[in-house]
Amino acid sequence: MAMSSLAVDISVVARARQRRALLALWLFGAGLAAAFLLAVGYGALAIGPEQAVTILAAQAGVELPWGFTRQQEAVLLAIRLPRAVAGILVGAALAASGAALQGLFRNPLADPALIGVSNGAALAAAAMIVLGGSLSGVTAVVPLALLLPLAAFGGGLIAVFLVYSIASRDGRTDVATMLLAGVAVTAMTGAGIGFMVFLSDDQQLRDLNYWMLGSLGGITWSRLGAAAPFILAGTLSLTFFARPLNALLLGESEAGHLGFRVERAKRSIVVMAALAAGAAVALTGVIGFVGLVVPHVVRLVAGPDHRLLLPASILFGAALMLLADLFARTLVLPAELPIGILTACVGGPFFIWLLLRRRGSGGW
Amino acid sequence: MTLRADDIHVRFGTAEVLKGPSLAVAPGEVVAVLGPNGAGKSTLLSVLSGALTPQGGQAALEGKALAHWPPSRLARRRAVLPQHSELSFGFPVLEVVLLGRSPHAGTSSREEDLFIAQACLAEAEVTHLAQRVYTTLSGGERQRVQLARALAQIDFPEGQRHHHDRYLLLDEPTSSLDLAHQHATLRTARRAAARGIGVLAILHDLNLAAMYADRLVVLHGGALAAAGTPEAVLTEDLVRRAFDLQVVLSRHPTRGCPQMMPV
Repeated sequence: MAMSSLAVDISVVARARQRRALLALWLFGAGLAAAFLLAVGYGALAIGPEQAVTILAAQAGVELPWGFTRQQEAVLLAIRLPRAVAGILVGAALAASGAALQGLFRNPLADPALIGVSNGAALAAAAMIVLGGSLSGVTAVVPLALLLPLAAFGGGLIAVFLVYSIASRDGRTDVATMLLAGVAVTAMTGAGIGFMVFLSDDQQLRDLNYWMLGSLGGITWSRLGAAAPFILAGTLSLTFFARPLNALLLGESEAGHLGFRVERAKRSIVVMAALAAGAAVALTGVIGFVGLVVPHVVRLVAGPDHRLLLPASILFGAALMLLADLFARTLVLPAELPIGILTACVGGPFFIWLLLRRRGSGGW
Repeated sequence: MTLRADDIHVRFGTAEVLKGPSLAVAPGEVVAVLGPNGAGKSTLLSVLSGALTPQGGQAALEGKALAHWPPSRLARRRAVLPQHSELSFGFPVLEVVLLGRSPHAGTSSREEDLFIAQACLAEAEVTHLAQRVYTTLSGGERQRVQLARALAQIDFPEGQRHHHDRYLLLDEPTSSLDLAHQHATLRTARRAAARGIGVLAILHDLNLAAMYADRLVVLHGGALAAAGTPEAVLTEDLVRRAFDLQVVLSRHPTRGCPQMMPV
């Protein structure tokens, strides 16, 4: 064959690809930094980006030449910063678990909601809101504010465990069955949530609704501190599964032929994704579409290689969550829009656009 | 030293798929597995790859049961080309072939991986597809890219010394290929054998098998119907028994190997 005339120097191609990957990561990182400064700076009390940097640097003991007021410092450290950090963590967790689950299921429509995490967590939280009053013995020891995320987290894990054990037989997990089991568990938890809504009084209904729509409002350092270790552990450990996830795209038996311990990898990925997403839902309520849309956009820009996809999704998910929250708290001042409404408003049409754009081109 | 399966019994539910066939592949030879649909060819290949543990009998590499090999070490010794390979996301072809280098992570440098990937792309005659996106390829092109990936998993550049025997298992490698590429793929398999790799290929075309294989193994109803050189195995009687087809045996005019003509 006339290969020599067509021959490409593979290493040149590969180097160019690697440079592009690195550039993409830097861009996503820069975007996150910009979104962060915007998010902590914008509000009733304006804090300039240089002032925000100065305040943060002062916390670390570094003097910078810009001045700031005591009030700015207090607002930034007590209100804006925990909220921004929560946004970063939750956005990163939802995006990373979405990316990992899409890879695991070889299905671009997978997201944390699909394996039952979000709904399991939501049901547990709903039960806590509605029935929590009758647990006065428990709430005397652990405040409800802390009990709620714990219950949500537990509910998410139980749902995933249920889905996983339905789909597993003889130590093997059938991915198609798992998807369907996720749909079934989601339906059942949906019924459970409906029942809780039916039982609730007016105030509980308000709380319930607010939580089901998601919000980064009212985040304090202590609530953040309770959820952060779980979110970080789940999210960061997912990045270590980039290579098995790449191999799994070829199919499970092929990944096995390539020497990966497929069952072990699948189990770890599901548990880590549930950990990250469950803790995120516990912190902020249900925020949809981030886990679905972010990996899509990153794949369009940076390709499907999980070694790049996972870190880039983490950065982009965090940035997107910060911006979404910025809009949520400023669009209808002085009120605050639940962020889940916003992500669904933007995410839904965007997803349809993706579907139409991709229809017929035969790939994701 | 061989990759071998002895007295393999496999049942799926109540169906007895394999009833005790034995088979061995030695380094440097091409073995073709033939047989009608449902004869158990792919199941036997799964057993030989270590993906399926038989209920009876044992598959072993160098005398050690496949189940006792650590997966990553086994992966550096044998590669599998599956019948179909779906890839739901748009990986560039070069990256698909580089996935074949996964078992060598940590022991092989990026440069070495790229060098081998380039050699295997050329070996499977898909160099011109290197920058294409896998999901946009035709079925035949995908099959050849997967062949390059499987080669990249175990192959070494020519002239480089390797210390271990390696095996390549091909499940119907020619099923989606046009006539020219069917022959090209089997020539690739022959060259791999010349480099010391033991090749086992499931084929449907008896004439193709007779032209390229050193030995033929014919399965029928989950059991061994015949095994040996093409000369010894390909008889009118065997084809009638195993395939339920009337054929006339003739000779390839230039190569002299047996060729079958249906009557």
